Amino acid sequence: MLAKRIIPCLDVKDGRVVKGVNFVDLKDAGDIVDNAKYYNDQGADEVCFLDITATHEGRKTFAREVERAATELFVPLTVGGGIGSVEDVRTMLLAGADKVSINSAAVARPGLISEASEKFGSQCIVLAIDAKRVGTKPDGKGLFHVFVHGGRIDTGIDAVKWAKEAQERGAGEILLTSMDADGTKEGFDLDLTAQVCAICSIPVIASGGAGKMEDFYNVFSVGADAGLAASLFHYRQMEILQLKQYLQSKGVPIRCRN
Amino acid sequence: MIAIIDYGMGNLHSVLNALRHLGIEGQISSDLEVLARADSLILPGVGAFPDAMNQLNRTGLTKVILDLTKAGKPMLGICLGMQLLFSESLEFGRTPGLNLIPGTVRPIEAPDLKIPHIGWNSLTLLQKDDPLVQGLEDGDYVYFVHSFRADTALDYVVAQTVYGEEIPALVKAGNLPVWGAQFHPEKSHTAGLKILAQFAAQRKVDAV
Repeated sequence: MLAKRIIPCLDVKDGRVVKGVNFVDLKDAGDIVDNAKYYNDQGADEVCFLDITATHEGRKTFAREVERAATELFVPLTVGGGIGSVEDVRTMLLAGADKVSINSAAVARPGLISEASEKFGSQCIVLAIDAKRVGTKPDGKGLFHVFVHGGRIDTGIDAVKWAKEAQERGAGEILLTSMDADGTKEGFDLDLTAQVCAICSIPVIASGGAGKMEDFYNVFSVGADAGLAASLFHYRQMEILQLKQYLQSKGVPIRCRN
Repeated sequence: MIAIIDYGMGNLHSVLNALRHLGIEGQISSDLEVLARADSLILPGVGAFPDAMNQLNRTGLTKVILDLTKAGKPMLGICLGMQLLFSESLEFGRTPGLNLIPGTVRPIEAPDLKIPHIGWNSLTLLQKDDPLVQGLEDGDYVYFVHSFRADTALDYVVAQTVYGEEIPALVKAGNLPVWGAQFHPEKSHTAGLKILAQFAAQRKVDAV
C-alpha cells in the first residue's frame, strides 16, 4: 500500500540553511549537506529545499548547494523558490532535484506548468499554492484565494480552482500551504486541504500549521498524501520517527523501518 | 567497477551518488571498452520506452548489452531500464525490448488510483533466497515513479508490490545474473541501498 509521506522543508538563503541553530548534532547548522544527511537518517520520506534568496548570485549558489546535498540524500528531493522558467527547472533537475516546485511564475504564466511537464514529465513538476481564507462560500466552506510574492499580493484567484487547473495543465503534485495556519502550530487547514483533495486526482502535500502529531493524522484523514513542516522538525519539537510510529499505531500506511 | 550505461535517458548522477556513498566505484559511460571492463552494469532510464530503445539501437548498445549479459555479466535495470529487459512494451504502440525476460510492459490498470504510481510502496518478497533481497523483509518500503508495469510469469518476479493490482517490483532473468527494479533503489534509502550493495557484490557467472 502506498505510504503517506512526511516531508521536512528547509529554507535556504544564499546557499545556507537558515534557522538551523538548534541542531546540536550538526557540525554546521547552516550547511545544506549536513542538514540533508540529518533528515535522510531521521526517516524523512522526501526532503524539500526552498530557496528564499532574492539575488541572481544567490540562486546560482543554491543550485551548486543542491548538487552537493544530492550526494548525501537517498530519498527524493524537491526544490523550489524563484523558479521562473523551463530553464530554471532544468537547472534544478540537473543539480539532482527529483521534483521542482513552481509558485508565483505559474500564476503569472500558467503555460509554464504545461511546458515544464511536457519537457520533463508531470512526475517532477509540483505546483506550490499559498492560499489564504478571504470569505465563506454559500455551502459554508471557506473561500480561499491564491497569494503570491511571499503572500503579499492577493491574485483574486480561487485556490481550489487553481489547483484543478494546474492538474489539467500537467502538474504532478500540489504543494498546498495555508497562510492562515502557517506558523500557528494549531493544525493544518483541514477545510482548505479537503477541498483541494476532493477536486484533484494528483497527490496533495499539506503545509502550514502542524504542531502536534495528531495534526498529521487529521490531515491524512481528509485526503492529503503528504504532510510538510519546517520549524517543527527543525527545532526538534517533533522527531520524525516518533511521529511515524504514532501514525502507524493509528493505522496510517507509513514507512517506519528506515 | 560498475558501469552506469549512458544512453541519454535520465538522471545518472543519483545512481552514481548512491554507489559512491556505498564505497563502490562507478563510471557513467557508453564506451564499449568501459562496459566490457566493468564488473557489472547498471541500465538506468527515465522517459518513454520507444525513445530509449531507439537510443540503444542507434548507438549499438543493444548488441553490446545482450552480448555482455548473455556471457554472464551481471546487470541491474532501474525503472525504465527494468522495463527494457522485457520482450516488448505497449507504450506509444508496440516496441520490441531487449527480450532478456519474457513479458510485456503495459499501462498500470488501477481505475480508482492516481497515475503515475508515485511514492513509497511496500514489497512482498516472492523469492526470499535471491541474493539482492537478503536482509530485506516483507513490508519494506521502496520509492516508485511509473505509469507502466511489466506483465510476466511469477517465476521471474523476486518481489512485488500492490497498487490497484499486483505489480512486479524486482525481477530476475532466469539463470542470467540480470535483475530489474521497477522502483528507484538509489532513492529508497536503506532498503534500496542494501539492494544496490548486494547487486554490486555479484560477479560474472559462466555463460548459460
